[in-house]
Amino acid sequence: MDIHEYQAKRLLRGFNISIPKGRVAYGPEHAEYIARDIGGNKWVVKAQIHSGARGKAGGIIVCNSFEEVSEATNKLLGKSLVTHQTGPKGKVVQRVYVEEATDIKEEFYLGLVFDRSSECIMVVVSSEGGMSVEEISKNKPESIIRAKIEASVGMQAFQAREIAFGLGLDSKSINRCAEAIMACSKVFSQYDATMVEINPLVLTADDHIVALDCKMSFDDNALFRIPEISELRDKSQEDPQETYAADRDLNYVGLDGNIGNIINGAGLAMASMDMIKLAGGEPANFLDVGGGATPEKIVKAFKLVSNDPNVKVILVNIFAGINRCDWIAEGIIKAINEVNVKQPLVVRLAGTNVEKGQELLRSSGIKYEEATSLQDAATKAVKILNKGLN
Amino acid sequence: MTVLIDENSKIIIQGFTGKIGSFHAQEMIDYGTNVVGGVTPGKGGSTHLDRPVFNTVKEAVEKTGADSSILFVPPQFAADSAMEAADAGIKVCVAITDGIPSHDMIKVKRYMKRYPKSEKMTLVGPNCSGIISPGKCLLGIMPGHIYKEGEVGVIGRSGTLGYESAQQMKDLGIGISTSVGIGGDPINGSSFKDVLELFEQDSQTKVVLMIGEIGGPQEAEAAQFAKENMSKPIVSYIAGLTAPKGRKMGHAGAIVTAYGEAASEKVEILQEAGVIVAKNPSVIGDTVKEVLTKIS
Repeated sequence: MDIHEYQAKRLLRGFNISIPKGRVAYGPEHAEYIARDIGGNKWVVKAQIHSGARGKAGGIIVCNSFEEVSEATNKLLGKSLVTHQTGPKGKVVQRVYVEEATDIKEEFYLGLVFDRSSECIMVVVSSEGGMSVEEISKNKPESIIRAKIEASVGMQAFQAREIAFGLGLDSKSINRCAEAIMACSKVFSQYDATMVEINPLVLTADDHIVALDCKMSFDDNALFRIPEISELRDKSQEDPQETYAADRDLNYVGLDGNIGNIINGAGLAMASMDMIKLAGGEPANFLDVGGGATPEKIVKAFKLVSNDPNVKVILVNIFAGINRCDWIAEGIIKAINEVNVKQPLVVRLAGTNVEKGQELLRSSGIKYEEATSLQDAATKAVKILNKGLN
Repeated sequence: MTVLIDENSKIIIQGFTGKIGSFHAQEMIDYGTNVVGGVTPGKGGSTHLDRPVFNTVKEAVEKTGADSSILFVPPQFAADSAMEAADAGIKVCVAITDGIPSHDMIKVKRYMKRYPKSEKMTLVGPNCSGIISPGKCLLGIMPGHIYKEGEVGVIGRSGTLGYESAQQMKDLGIGISTSVGIGGDPINGSSFKDVLELFEQDSQTKVVLMIGEIGGPQEAEAAQFAKENMSKPIVSYIAGLTAPKGRKMGHAGAIVTAYGEAASEKVEILQEAGVIVAKNPSVIGDTVKEVLTKIS
């Protein structure tokens, strides 16, 4: 789960990491009021969406007067920002963060992630702040300093000091920087984070270490034990279809094609999508209904997929292991009778009780095309699609 | 011979008396697996499915001589149960549980480093379908009837894609020595490489089928290992050619975040290491057959 910059900064402040003065605004007047309250003569209005690279998309505006703060807020609110992380539809700005401008001496990159290779938490730091970590690895790989955190004892002070010295900071700022890095590792461990990124972490003109931006992601599997994080979820930043699915315990990812998928198991779902592509089609979604899908769950899956206006054909591919094909068939029949499914249907069943399942479907009177293998299912779906389009 | 489990394995079920634990324990017993008991804290002293229930894994091991276990414990307690198994002297532990926090899995892996190699438990999973040595032992949740006994060693992340492959092979008359599901989580007990190493030493296994997917470095690490250490041919399929970057595809670990984690990149890395990659998921069985014919 992702959270907004302002929420992440609030967490950082709780761990004594300095952040610029700032507050969330929901309207131009509100933003202007906050700017007056903060004081000074320069502010930054920042669009709050779940994405990095907001600056490049025009989501961060520097303002030199209260009027400019108001105008910037007016311009950003309600706007859909498109970055390389949001997908082509973009994400709608529903709040902005108004912050005092910071006098920057130096910018650094600080990131903490899971390293799947060493199975440790990895701290990645670079003197080239402001650039994305991908750009840094490509253009300035020699500037990157890494440290592995030992999970059982947490990050050690010497590791944070080594990094701070590695950044070339002078003696005044070393401890402040090391403390900020230590604090980040505490946030990461305490809140089951999967990513904490401060980019840039800056050295200010008066030699303070300040987090100018912050992105955080958390382990969905750990949300049950971090209620203070779960409540920060902002559904407006999610795809509505994906939210609908997630709330019904279905694993769904929307894609750009027009062949809808209902499949059990993540691996088989990816494999079926691959088959569709190889057969000349494009999948409209990834959908894993889970190993032990009940007829009720199949109905929910049909509601979800048939609701997508891009879907022209629906492909069902179930390999019943723990499950039984006759049970799945019951679900399909129930779905067709309950949900208004307009799209033509291709069904491939395999595994436990396959004959019984096929028998049920054949005698049910519902219209569908029967497929015998993964390949057969994909080929038939693409064929129906092409016939329909011509 | 098989790897990890055989007809002599003595198995206990952790989370024995729960709904899911009971269902799969019965399936395993019906398959002929030697299930000697189970553990549910607080229910020790009772009997379930005609087998004794214990409060702790240690007690279960002492009384039954169990050497393997399978976890059907809810995600919030599963890491603890895996460590309990390791401490009680269990040799092979399969964690079926889906949804264990990554921070917990890191702790489990660190905890297990306290044991010398000879005493260290092999953890398989979590979020996996388990292990089957067809005809001998089922320590998992797969449908036993689609697995034929034979000479192909199977390693896979996905459960259902593993079933799909087992069925394709069975339809072609090809059997399996052992099938190991390593699971779809980012941090797992055993990697592709760990299991390849076992299959290389197993006399029954002639060919290895490795079913990977997008995300993580383990397929690339396996390719490197195969190039340097494997004499047996490897057939592979990598799911997720059409998966977009940065999106999690069902499995917590199926997400492309770095170079080498996309399906097409993994295919390239594997092919460079001499692995035969099936053209599509519908011809996994056919590809294994070609290789088997070539080496016989």
